[in-house]
Amino acid sequence: MKKTLAKANRRLGDKFYSGAFLGPSVVGVALFFIVPFFVVIYYAFIDNPVGQNFVGFRNFQNVLGNLSFQDAVRHTVLFSALAVPLAVVLALGLAVLLEQKIPMKSQLRTFFLSPMMVPVASIVLIWQVLFHQNGAINDIISNIGTATGLFEFSGIDWFTSPYSQLPIVVLFLWRNLGYNMILFMAALNNIPRDILEVAQLEGGKPWFIFRTIKLRFLSPTILFVTILSVINSFRVFREVYLLTGSHPYGRLYMLQHFMNNMFDLLDYQRLAAAAILMTLAMIAIIGIMFIVEHWYGRDIEG
Amino acid sequence: MRQRKQKIPLRVVQTIVAVFFAALFLFPTVLTITNSFMSQSEIWANYGVIFGSPGDGAYMAERVNLKLIPDMVTFHQFNTVLIQSPDYLFRLWISLALVIPIVLMQVLVASLAAYSFTRFRTKRKEVLFFAYIILMLMPFQVTLVPNYLMARFLNILDTYWSILLPGFVAPFSVFLLTKFMRRIPKSYIEAAMLDGAGEFQIFRRIALPLCKGALYAVAILVFIDYWNMVEQPLIMLSDWEMHPLSVLLSRINNAEIGAAFAVATIYMIPSLLMFLHGEEHLIEGITYSGGIKG
Repeated sequence: MKKTLAKANRRLGDKFYSGAFLGPSVVGVALFFIVPFFVVIYYAFIDNPVGQNFVGFRNFQNVLGNLSFQDAVRHTVLFSALAVPLAVVLALGLAVLLEQKIPMKSQLRTFFLSPMMVPVASIVLIWQVLFHQNGAINDIISNIGTATGLFEFSGIDWFTSPYSQLPIVVLFLWRNLGYNMILFMAALNNIPRDILEVAQLEGGKPWFIFRTIKLRFLSPTILFVTILSVINSFRVFREVYLLTGSHPYGRLYMLQHFMNNMFDLLDYQRLAAAAILMTLAMIAIIGIMFIVEHWYGRDIEG
Repeated sequence: MRQRKQKIPLRVVQTIVAVFFAALFLFPTVLTITNSFMSQSEIWANYGVIFGSPGDGAYMAERVNLKLIPDMVTFHQFNTVLIQSPDYLFRLWISLALVIPIVLMQVLVASLAAYSFTRFRTKRKEVLFFAYIILMLMPFQVTLVPNYLMARFLNILDTYWSILLPGFVAPFSVFLLTKFMRRIPKSYIEAAMLDGAGEFQIFRRIALPLCKGALYAVAILVFIDYWNMVEQPLIMLSDWEMHPLSVLLSRINNAEIGAAFAVATIYMIPSLLMFLHGEEHLIEGITYSGGIKG
């Protein structure tokens, strides 16, 4: 009797402490993220905050049919399609490079990681200097052209050209490669040594070992880095805004620009519908990641 | 013998490639820092073609002239920024006053939650933790809408609370700290319980000290995230006078372009210092963030 009472007491105590520790976080998250999200869902299905008439999916049709929204989605997807594969492949390359027997490895690692700690705002000046019509990048390209005699290049203003996404891709890579590289270095470190040693003893060439063993073990990390890079690529608005302001030319108009415009117009219906569409897209991406990670990682985790 | 002959050139090639990339990675940062020691006229001469001429017949090169080492090193720009125009210092103060409370409170709230997620694992808790992960992965375009609606409801729009409060409870650090705490051996905690320690004591005396490195790593990651903030001020604060330095730097006007490099340099000092001081912890933290699964 006493024992069960003590047990019940402890369970009650656990519940109290569990709640006490979690309380501040859960209350805050509920207050600023979860509860208002239900308001977002509600707003997405009514005509306006005053009339509050149910309109079905009309707000969604409105957003999906909106030309600015379509542009923003197209540009954001284009950016991800350009930046993410490079962010994965180059980071893996750097991680493999730092695995080799080269001097000053830890300094090199520091150098590769340092851009992530440089505020975007501090670096936009240099990017403007590099990619301007009369900027350094144009000079370098035209010099190469003249020196080799292969082509003539008179220079373009990168930020207003059809290639306006390229400077942002470079900036994205500059800031994110280090983080991804660290993830790959950790994964490379975790590959069981004995498997690699056996492969070497059997006379496997480095490239063969890399392809057949290392890549196989890295596949969960490759997936994780890919998803992480996709998510980060959605946040590239910061860089674009600081470089080109709230009304950029053509291909730099991103989803966050669309959202900011909706905020400025106080158009809560479109804002809500767009937020829900993006939530669904994110859940789909994350869901695919979980499924693929589960499916891929099975034979090496066990 | 034959193998050795081949190996040496390969290593040299690898080293050259690595050093080349390292130089590329360092170049923008170093250029910003060295250019902050240039005089106003030298900046105009080198970059005037981009940012516009001062209009008083000063010399201006036709093309941009990237220069790593200034002709004459001067602290004039820092003098301008730090002493003559208080606006920059004021904006820097806004940045600090927003970011420091967010880092401290978010780490505190998150470490409490992480302890709960570690110590009291029930089915319901795992579902909740999963919800935190999903929330953490959501981009700003999604999370800012509910943040904004709540701020409007609480009547704190156009005040710094609209940025501070969501920052205090953002779920990112909960995720990372939980992953760290779950690696603390159970026996440590059980031993403390046998000695009669209460939950708060175990949290303060065992869990927190064992996670010191993780706390530092999370603090660095949260710091740089908010030090870079752009979206929140744009949406929550309609008064541009209230915006922190991270937003203002992009609106610096051409007459002040000489000072811009100095401001940029000053703005990167806090985050770079944190990085150099806590690099080992940061790398460990990044390593643990890999893989969503607990």
